[in-house]
Amino acid sequence: MGLYNDYNNNIKLRCLRNGLILLPLSLFAVATLFPIYFMVISSFAAPVEAGAASHLLWPTKWTLDSYIFFFNYSKYSTRWLMNSLIASTAVTFSNVVFASMTGYAFSKIRFRGNKLLFNILLCAMMIPYQVTQVPLYILIVNTFHMQNTYAALIFPSSVSVYNIFLCKQFMSSIPNEIIESAKIEGCTQLNIFYRIIMPLSKTVMAVVAITTFMSNWNTFFWPFLVTSKMEMQTIQVGLKNFSFANSTYFAPMMAGATIAAVPMFVLFFSMQKYFLEGVTVGAVKG
Amino acid sequence: MKKGNGGITVRQKHSAYAKEDNIWGYLFISMAVIVFCVFTMYPIVNACIISMQKYNPIQSKWVGLDNYNGLLTDKLFFKSIRNTVVYTVLTVPVNIAISFILAILIFPFKKWMQTTFKAIYYLPAVASGVSLSVVWLWIYSSLPSGLFNQLIGIFGLESQNWLGQSKTAMFSLVLMSWLSSHGTNVIIYIAALLGIPKDHFEAAEIDSATFFQKVHYIVLPMVKPTTLFLFVTGIISSFQVFMNAYLMTAGGPDNNTTMVGLLIFNNAFKYSEFGKASAQALILAVAIAVISLLQFKFMGDEIEY
Repeated sequence: MGLYNDYNNNIKLRCLRNGLILLPLSLFAVATLFPIYFMVISSFAAPVEAGAASHLLWPTKWTLDSYIFFFNYSKYSTRWLMNSLIASTAVTFSNVVFASMTGYAFSKIRFRGNKLLFNILLCAMMIPYQVTQVPLYILIVNTFHMQNTYAALIFPSSVSVYNIFLCKQFMSSIPNEIIESAKIEGCTQLNIFYRIIMPLSKTVMAVVAITTFMSNWNTFFWPFLVTSKMEMQTIQVGLKNFSFANSTYFAPMMAGATIAAVPMFVLFFSMQKYFLEGVTVGAVKG
Repeated sequence: MKKGNGGITVRQKHSAYAKEDNIWGYLFISMAVIVFCVFTMYPIVNACIISMQKYNPIQSKWVGLDNYNGLLTDKLFFKSIRNTVVYTVLTVPVNIAISFILAILIFPFKKWMQTTFKAIYYLPAVASGVSLSVVWLWIYSSLPSGLFNQLIGIFGLESQNWLGQSKTAMFSLVLMSWLSSHGTNVIIYIAALLGIPKDHFEAAEIDSATFFQKVHYIVLPMVKPTTLFLFVTGIISSFQVFMNAYLMTAGGPDNNTTMVGLLIFNNAFKYSEFGKASAQALILAVAIAVISLLQFKFMGDEIEY
């Protein structure tokens, strides 16, 4: 009983049907994974110019020369990776701390203006980033003179409204009785947050941490605007510069793309559960 | 007596906030509010002001609504709107249909198989946009050795300059979107499918409904709120699309892939026309708000939350 017929538990028929379903599923999976496969495989080819290179689905010779070529392109290429790591880690840390604190306050502390403030935040989330990008750029570069600093990469995204929303949604389901009884025992709000709320909200904090880290590692637009010096660029900006400067070197470009993408693949496969769960934590029910 | 007491406590709850809670509340949200005010609220207000100026770092000139009036005769602005609409119409409904079909197909399998497929379809979302566009640039390479050209070569078709000619550039970007990550949408759809009560299907089976009848009469209406949600979020993000066009075609050829997001970026950071860019961005914001409202109005009638 269900969406699919169970053929009165006739195993042969069910296997046949599942096989027929698997076929389109797998075909589409191959199509989706193909660019990534192509990227990784091609990065192991020799760093020759495109005219001489042939685009093969399986390289005849495996070599790491293209990776060496990429790292030799600029003396800052390892610095790019470091910059990405530093900025993403800082943004992630501040988002986990401040988004969960704010989410807790909005969901459980009764203070004047609670609902109004939260609604203002939600409305602001609807405004496209194109509106804020110009004034934000003027603010950071012309007013604060923060171009080419970590501060410029970190501060504007240090607490995102979406993360506050996620935390609020999750923490609303924590029973009030726990908090009330802790209050009666003489717990201050800070203690309640640290000793009760945080341990109970590990899932949502992990989701916030992972999605924030990933989006900041992959972000291109903002670092591209505020970093002009090579030593302050992130790996995504560096990769873009590399690929525009060496547009004929195919394999090294794929090596660079792989370097920029692989840390996230590792993170994804080690924390897959939180990635997949994270999608539905904040989604509307229906 | 009892009733009166109850009334008082209720009123107390509504009017008097515990003083301590007030302080703690503001303390907990203080950091977020500061960041929000400086990096979101202030820029939004400033965008409205800049949109009425001819911006200059030292002394901006007030020009009133000139920036907005200029847009009415700006051919490129209308072309970019047309491109954005074409891109949205070609990608959003198709992507949602693909995700729905994938979710339906994944549904009968055991948990571990479902998770595997979810992970596979999610994976491209994990790779950075710059990495993927670098790869796709080579897949669409205009050389005969380019992968896509090799593929159509099998069917005896001539090599094309996919990203470099007007008739194929937009299609190339659209195809890339179709084959990108559907993981998020699939996961959301599967969650919605799990929420459909089993007895609906049992009743349908008693009436000997076919599989397609079940999908048509039970599943589609039941997941309608989800579909609406995906449509709204899909259109909002499609209207802001920037990266693919910027990194792969730079808006060309002949501005045939210049979307609104890219146009705003070019006006602001290529030509330093901050006023014009802000005016365009605000119009984009209004358009997104109107479209979202319309969707909820016309599609949201039968939704029960």
